[in-house]
Amino acid sequence: MRQFTFAAAILALGLTVSQSYHLQLLTFIGIHTLLALGLNMLMGYAGQISLGHAAFYGLGAYGTGILTVHWGFSPWAGLPLTLALTFVVAFLVALPMLKLSGYYLGMGTLGFGMIAFVVFREWSSLTGGDSGLVGIPALDVGGVSLSSGKAGYFLVWACVLLAFFACERVVDSRVGRALRAIHDSERAAAAMGIDTSRLKVWVFVFSALLASLAGFLYAHLVTFISPNSFDFLVSVRIVTMVVIGGMASIWGSLLGAAVLTILPEWLHVFTDYEMVVYGLILMTIMIFLPQGLTRGILDIHERSKRKDTAASSAPRS
Amino acid sequence: MLRIRNLKCYYGKIRAINGVSLSVRTGEIIALIGANGAGKSTLLLTISGLLQDWEGEILFQRESLRGLKAPAMVERGISLVPEGRLLFPPMSVLDNLKLGAYRRSLRREHAAVEQDLEEVLNLFPILRERARQQAGTLSGGEQQMLAIGRALMARPRLLLLDEPSMGLAPFLVRLILDVLVQLKGQGMTLLLVEQNARAALQIADRGYVLENGKVVLEGNGCDLLADQDVKRAYLGKDYREFCEGRS
Ligand SMILES: Nc1ncnc2c1ncn2[C@@H]1O[C@H](COP(=O)(O)OP(=O)(O)OP(=O)(O)O)[C@@H](O)[C@H]1O
Ligand SMILES: [Mg+2]
Repeated sequence: MRQFTFAAAILALGLTVSQSYHLQLLTFIGIHTLLALGLNMLMGYAGQISLGHAAFYGLGAYGTGILTVHWGFSPWAGLPLTLALTFVVAFLVALPMLKLSGYYLGMGTLGFGMIAFVVFREWSSLTGGDSGLVGIPALDVGGVSLSSGKAGYFLVWACVLLAFFACERVVDSRVGRALRAIHDSERAAAAMGIDTSRLKVWVFVFSALLASLAGFLYAHLVTFISPNSFDFLVSVRIVTMVVIGGMASIWGSLLGAAVLTILPEWLHVFTDYEMVVYGLILMTIMIFLPQGLTRGILDIHERSKRKDTAASSAPRS
Repeated sequence: MLRIRNLKCYYGKIRAINGVSLSVRTGEIIALIGANGAGKSTLLLTISGLLQDWEGEILFQRESLRGLKAPAMVERGISLVPEGRLLFPPMSVLDNLKLGAYRRSLRREHAAVEQDLEEVLNLFPILRERARQQAGTLSGGEQQMLAIGRALMARPRLLLLDEPSMGLAPFLVRLILDVLVQLKGQGMTLLLVEQNARAALQIADRGYVLENGKVVLEGNGCDLLADQDVKRAYLGKDYREFCEGRS
């Protein structure tokens, strides 16, 4: 039912919004939602931080970019190849990395993100280096372009819808419970017979695949990519989306992605002070709603409801 | 059911278990008592596959447990109620219980798991009242019941309990012990680690006393309860004087 309402909302928004700037903004919210959703599975549910998630975002973008620009693949052939590459890389990274935990895992993934960034920038014969990779073909089906305006919007949000569906299935399942158990106490989870290291590797790979898909869509929508779109700050931004929206909340990923996509656009009016205001807003949210927007808004709603009933049931004097 | 021969367990260079041999027969309650740091928890963690660094021999139903990890142990029917309970505090009582059944296939065993859930909730009715409450908000006694109930959800043949009476009021200790006896009546085998030696030995068929990673004494429950050394060491220094003083 919720999925249905969500699909209807996506459809309605896509049909009514016509200004291309707004469509573009919505499309980017969709791409960022994919990123946040994936990281939320890893971080919010399983409790394993990644400060290098932009690497997989970049891997998706550069993977398909290189395949299509240099080697003449069609984007649709590029997609499975890119995802397969991401699968292998994520798996190989996760095996040693997820033996770490807490700050050490943070440092490890940070390092991985930096290495990926350097590869994107320095392997210029393939990636175009600092000046970027140009001429990435748009996605199309039978000559109809899917990469601009409404088509792009619907393509991205169809992916978001599928990802939501998949994540909800996982979260409500026995595996989802096990992920939360790992988050709470890895030792207790192990005592239950949960194969913690294996599950952590799988959720890492899953979240990397979502990021890679986001990168694939990004590359074909924008048709130009450069290393700066996948640097350390982008990794931090994805983490921020998850935290602001709400850890272990699927809808929080959407909310966090929306806030962190829209806010910088609105804040352009502050010109020089943009980053300061941006930082202040994030700090305020975290101080007053430490559980993230989703939980925080629900709590406020419940409290006001309780106040209402308390007021109406109070004896009259 | 369980036979351990000359077991040595290591934490890096530290040897915490120093050549322990013991055996548990099907349907018995075995008490394992010993002072702090004697190695009781280490022994249980090793049997449940959570510690891998050991030498010697552990046979469970005639099969060697060498190289097996916790998931395999749980599947073979060994379940641990860990020291300090180790619940999942933010999760509901029901989710905690369901996690106990993690190793059982929900598709093939769905009905059986539901039935076991019902049985656990009958065993500890208070958990039914608290079913949707967060585990972390339960009282100490309720948490211990949940920890036991969660272990039962795996449908163990051998239940390992690490100090289930810790921090509980005497009547709750009694209640937990009664439940353990009841489980024995249903054919379960129990290995019970306790500091509260008197309580444990009262319900145990046999007991082992562990000291510095070694078994220093073994015998049936009543004999150990009457043993002078045990009395002096674990039933309070002045137990005898206390008893004599009263009479
Ligand atoms: N993770 C560890 N690393 C190193 N040494 C450890 C570790 N855990 C336990 N030990 C040591 O192993 C020995 C046995 O510890 P264990 O926890 O098994 O004792 P115990 O009998 O359960 O004690 P208690 O009654 O206090 O729970 C102790 O000397 C302890 O210091
Ligand atoms: Mg102990």
